[in-house]
Amino acid sequence: MSEDKGVNPNTMSIIVTKGSLDWAYPPFILSSTAAAMGLDVTMFFTFYGLPLLLKKMDLKVTPLGNAAMKMPMMGGHMVMPNLVAAIPGVDAMASKMMKNLIKKNGVATIPELRDLAVEADVRMIGCQMTMELFDYGAEDMIEGIEVGGAATYIEVATQSHINLFI
Amino acid sequence: MADKVLDAKGLNCPLPILKAKKALKDVPEGGTLEVLSTDPGSVADFQAFCRTTGNELVEHSEEGGVYTFLIRKT
Repeated sequence: MSEDKGVNPNTMSIIVTKGSLDWAYPPFILSSTAAAMGLDVTMFFTFYGLPLLLKKMDLKVTPLGNAAMKMPMMGGHMVMPNLVAAIPGVDAMASKMMKNLIKKNGVATIPELRDLAVEADVRMIGCQMTMELFDYGAEDMIEGIEVGGAATYIEVATQSHINLFI
Repeated sequence: MADKVLDAKGLNCPLPILKAKKALKDVPEGGTLEVLSTDPGSVADFQAFCRTTGNELVEHSEEGGVYTFLIRKT
């Protein structure tokens, strides 16, 4: 840094790298809440996090290789063995179960949280390279987002007091 | 009597906070917002929210699993 101007403590950036139904929660919960608490928030969506900016989100969760995923069932908690988790249809079933739990517990949906974040002026940047890599165009994404690369994010990070990687 | 009442019962984290923030927009400066919540986590969260935003948590109480918060907008 050529000059240390001090960083505004009320600033946060989040790198969003995961786009499954479960992993979509932490970045959107933290960004929307931080914005509600008066912070300037920037989210940078890269790799598997990029689809969280799509107009049409189709979020799923998989129990495959997810040893910590214990679903409440019949008074206990069920872990799905990988051998079972790999069977076609199990992901869809687990996703449906998760969505039911979300609804039952009054937890916001991801589209709802994303809308609240957009409404609260959270700055959202889609990774240009990921868009090309996975063949997404600007027309696939929600309106109001920016597109940028690593340098764009690093500049944001140098001006943010809190920098998270999720 | 609060200037505005927000019923956030049945909603889970972080919705009571997000809805309270939106509701505060309709409250005049110096006015109050009453929030009703059933989320036990909202007790710590509304305290943190008020400390960070500078709004005043005038009082909070619990009765029959319903938490009531009175927030003065500053």
